[in-house]
Order: sequence, then structure tokens, then C-alpha cells
Amino acid sequence: MMNCKRATELLSEKLDRPLSTKEKVALGIHTTMCVSCRLFSQQMQGLRDLSKFYVKGNGEETNNDEKK
Amino acid sequence: MLDAHSSSNTDGKESAAMFHDAVFMEDLRMQMIKFAQLQVRDSQLAEDAVQEAIISAYQNIEKFGRQSAFKTWVFSILKNKLIDLLRKEKRYTAASELEEGANLNGDELIDVLFKKNGHWQKSERPQKWDQPEHGVENNHFWRVFDACLNALPEKYSRLFMMREFLEMETPEICHNEELTVSNLNVILYRARLRLRECLEDNWYQAEKSK
Ligand SMILES: [Zn+2]
Repeated sequence: MMNCKRATELLSEKLDRPLSTKEKVALGIHTTMCVSCRLFSQQMQGLRDLSKFYVKGNGEETNNDEKK
Repeated sequence: MLDAHSSSNTDGKESAAMFHDAVFMEDLRMQMIKFAQLQVRDSQLAEDAVQEAIISAYQNIEKFGRQSAFKTWVFSILKNKLIDLLRKEKRYTAASELEEGANLNGDELIDVLFKKNGHWQKSERPQKWDQPEHGVENNHFWRVFDACLNALPEKYSRLFMMREFLEMETPEICHNEELTVSNLNVILYRARLRLRECLEDNWYQAEKSK
């Protein structure tokens, strides 16, 4: 069975490339049985969501018009 | 260098014409400002860096030629300016103030997180992150996030920002940065692993233990 280290690699790569069917199946089996990697998976998506929010929120902070 | 008005700068002349295409330049400038502001949050500093990069590109147009794309080239000038800026200004929480765990490099961190058999060390197992109610609304959270981002090796944070902030596709990043896809996958994996670890140590766990 796939170990956690490999599973976390794939959970990161999943954000950057489509996984093969074989990878998806192996990863699916692993995450079904492994709570830690399931949480890791949510955190990877969390990082992506946070990044989106970071960029969006960035525009609101830019009112430094005083010094020109 | 100033006397180098050789005969072989026709590429430069063609590219110089781009500086006079107002729509193209304004579009490029806006993209550059967006990119700069991601990394230098003082908008005036960011705009100054963009201005300097455009001027520098204009003055050095004869050096541009064989490179793949004009835009890539101008951005690479901007990136160097931003890196200089970031080196000069110490902003937000200094990286040194963060928990030790965040300072391990990719390989070491992997050894800390996983046992020999590749399964999670018990103490390092991911915890549930409570968000967004504790996170995104909170200024302190974003300072920690910034500090964690800054604590990444420069290469990691740049590539992470390209992928996650600018939402560039991986082939484009690989092309621009002259990386193989598997190289990039490894770097992004390590960047995310460290960022995750840093946020968990300095925010999510810290919040819980309050
Ligand atoms: Zn696992």
C-alpha cells in the first residue's frame, strides 16, 4: 500500500497536474483509510484558498496615497 | 557598455517599438504592479519598482534579443528589483522569530515529519485547521502567513507565489524558470509542506493552546 509520504506528494501534485487513473485509485484507497492524509489534503486545498484570499485582500490595503 | 551600439541590435529595435504601444504597455504595467504588490505590500514601493524596471528595460533594450518573450524579460528585471527591495526592508514578523520547525529545509523537514516507513510521525500528524472564522478575517493571521512565506527559501516562495498567487500554469512556470516539471513538483511540494508546518506551528496550534 502507498505510504503517507508518497500520498502527500500526490496530494500536492494534484494541484499542479492531473493525476493518472492509477495514482487516483491508489491515493483514494489511502486517504479513505488514513485520517492524517485526509486532513493534509484539506490543508493543501486550504493553502490554495488562502492564497486566493491573500491576493484578493491585497487590493484593499493599498490606500497609501499620501506620499507621492 | 554604453558604447556598444553595434550593428546587431535589430531585435532590440523591434522590441523598443513595444514601449510605444500604449495599450500593451498599460496592460503590462498593471500586471507588473499586481505582481509587485503581491510581494511588496507598500503600493508606492511596488509602483516605484515597476517604474524602475520599465525604465531599466528601456535603457537596456539592446541586451534583450534571444530571450523567449519580451514580457518574461521585463518581469525578470522586476523580480530582481523586488528581491532587492525585500532584502532591504525587514517587514512583518522576522523569519527568525518563527518556531524552529519552519527553518528546516525541505529534506530535513521530510525526515522530521515521516517515519522511515513513510508514515506520519505521531507528533507531526496534521491537525484540523479551524477556518475561516479564526483565520482570514484576522490581521495577525496574515502577518503570520507573510512571515511563513518569507521564511521559505527564496526560490520556494517565488515559485509558490507564481503558482498560487499569479495562478500561472505549471508548464509556463517551468518554461520561464527553466525547470523540469518534476523539479517544480518537488519544489512546490516542499514549499507547501513547509508553509503548512509553519502555519500549523505558529497559528493553528498556537490558537488552540491559548
Ligand atoms: Zn497517510
